[in-house]
Amino acid sequence: MNATSILSVRNATIRFGGLTAVSELNLEIRPQELIGLIGPNGAGKTTAFNLITGVYQPTEGEIHFAGQPVAAKRPHHLTKMGIARTFQNIRLFGSLSVFDNVRAATQLHRSHGVRTALWRGASFAKAEAEVEREVLDLLEIFDLARLRDEEATCLPYGDQRRLEIVRALATKPKLLLLDEPAAGMNPTEKAELMRLIGFIRDKFGIAIMLVEHDMKVVMGICERIAVLEYGKKIAEGTPEEIRKDPKVIAAYLGTE
Amino acid sequence: MAADLKFPFPASLNGAKRWLLVAVVLSFLLSLGHYNRYYLGVTIDIGINIILAVSLNLINGYTGQFSLGHAGFMAVGAYTAAKFSLVFAPGVPEPLRPLLFLVALLLGGAVAAIAGLAVGVPSLRLKGDYLAIVTLGFGEIIRVIVQNMEAVGAASGLKGIPKYTTLGWTFALASATVYVVVSLVNSTYGRGFVAVKDDEVAASSMGINPVRYKVTAFVVGAFFAGIAGGLYAHHKQFLSPTGFDFLKSIDIVVMVILGGMGRTASVVVAAVVLTLLPEFLRQFADYRMIIYALLIIGLMMARPQGLFTFGRRAAA
Repeated sequence: MNATSILSVRNATIRFGGLTAVSELNLEIRPQELIGLIGPNGAGKTTAFNLITGVYQPTEGEIHFAGQPVAAKRPHHLTKMGIARTFQNIRLFGSLSVFDNVRAATQLHRSHGVRTALWRGASFAKAEAEVEREVLDLLEIFDLARLRDEEATCLPYGDQRRLEIVRALATKPKLLLLDEPAAGMNPTEKAELMRLIGFIRDKFGIAIMLVEHDMKVVMGICERIAVLEYGKKIAEGTPEEIRKDPKVIAAYLGTE
Repeated sequence: MAADLKFPFPASLNGAKRWLLVAVVLSFLLSLGHYNRYYLGVTIDIGINIILAVSLNLINGYTGQFSLGHAGFMAVGAYTAAKFSLVFAPGVPEPLRPLLFLVALLLGGAVAAIAGLAVGVPSLRLKGDYLAIVTLGFGEIIRVIVQNMEAVGAASGLKGIPKYTTLGWTFALASATVYVVVSLVNSTYGRGFVAVKDDEVAASSMGINPVRYKVTAFVVGAFFAGIAGGLYAHHKQFLSPTGFDFLKSIDIVVMVILGGMGRTASVVVAAVVLTLLPEFLRQFADYRMIIYALLIIGLMMARPQGLFTFGRRAAA
C-alpha cells in the first residue's frame, strides 16, 4: 500500500451473478487531492463509489482508508473514519430545517447522548452552543446562513446541492465523495459548482473525489482523472493526458 | 436571542427542568382538592392518554417507526405494576404506600422497556407495513399470554388492585413524559431521530447509527407506555386482557396522527380532545362510537397533516 495515500483500492472486483461490474480496479487517492472518476453510462462509476462507501463489499481485492480496511464497516463507521458523501439524487432530511440538517451531522464527533440531553446541565448548554457556532460558521461560508430556518427541501435546487455538501463537511471528513454533483445543472450552475469544489478543497484541506460524466466539469477542476469503461480502468492521468488518450476518445465517441 | 430561536425548549438547567418542577408541584397541589368523581376519573384518563400518545409519538412521529404495539407495552406495565402492588402492599405500612406505588410504576415501566428492547431489536430490519404487523403481533401475543396466565387472573381479569393513582401522580408523570421526549428530540443528539425518519440511508452516511436511534425510541416509548399502564391499573382497580387489544393501540395511534406526527404539543392536545370526545358523545348512546368514527374520518379528510399542525416547520 502506498503510504502517502489516504484511500487505496487494490484489485477490487465485484460481480453480481454473471456480471462483473467492476474488475480489478486500482486507485490511490492522496490527501488534499482532487480526483475525478469518469466513464460512459454503465461503466461502473457508481458501483466503484458504493464499494468505497461500504454499500457493497468487493468480491475480490481490498480497500483501505487511512490504513484501515473498509470492508465490513457500516456506513456510519466509515463516516466516523473520515469518508463523507453526497448523493446523486439529493437526499436531505426533508422535515428538518437547513440548520438542523447540518446540526444532525455534527453529532458523530460529540459524546453527548440520551443522558446529557435529559439532564440539560451546564456542559450540555455549552456543547449545544459550540454546535450552533460550528454549524452557523459552515452555513456562513456557503452563504446559507440566511436560510437557516427554512425547511431544507423548500430550497432552490442549487442551494440544496450546496446544503448537501455542507452537511457532509459537518462530519469533518478527510475524503469527500461527490456523486454526480453536476447532475441537472445548467452551464452557469456548473461553473459555480466547479469554483465551489476547488474552494472546499483549499479551505478545508481535504481530498475530494468526483464521480461525474460531465467531461467539462471533471476536466476543469480535477488534477487527476481515472476513466472506467465496462468496469475496467482504461486510463488514468492529468486532464491533458486523458483528453489525448485514444482509448478514452474511443470509449466516449466510439471508433470507426 | 439567537439561542432562543434555536431552542424552542430551553437548553439550560434553569429553563426546562424548572418547568418540569413547576408542573410536578402543581400536579400534586391540584390533587389535594376535592372533585366530582366523574370529572376526576375523566381527567386522570386524559393524563394517562397524554403519556401514551406522547411516548408513542417518539416512536411513530419523530423516528418514523410505525408501531401498533403500544397497548402491548401498556399491558406489560399495567400487569407488572398491579401484581407488584397486590403482593407487597399488605406488608407495607400506610405512610410508605406512595413509595411502594412509585416502585411499582417504575418496575412496570422497566419491564415494558425490556419488552420494547425485545421487539425493537428484531424489528429493525423491517420497515413500514411490515414493522406495523410485527408490533401488532407482539401486542396480540402479550394479550394472549395474559389471558392464559392464572397468576394475573387470566381471562376473568385481575381484581382488587389498590387505588393509588391520583391526579398528582398522573400529571406529574405526564409532565415527566413530555419533558423526556421533548428534551431528547430537541438536542443535537435528538435531531438524529428525525434524520432517521426522513432518510435512513442519508442518516447513516452522516455518521448517525439508525439502529441505536430506533432501539432508543422503542425502549423509551415502551417505558412510558408501561408507566401509563401502571397508572391505569391503579386507577381502574381492575385489569382485563380485552382492554389491551389492538383497538387500544389504534386509539393511541389516532391521537398521534390527529395531532400531527412529530409534534409533542399537538399530540397532547389531540390526546385531550380524543379522550373528551367520547364523553361528550354519551348523550347519543348507541350511536356514540359511530359518530366518533365519522368525526375522526372527517377530521382526517379535512386536515390530513394533523389537526393542530400550522405553518411549514416540522419536527420542532
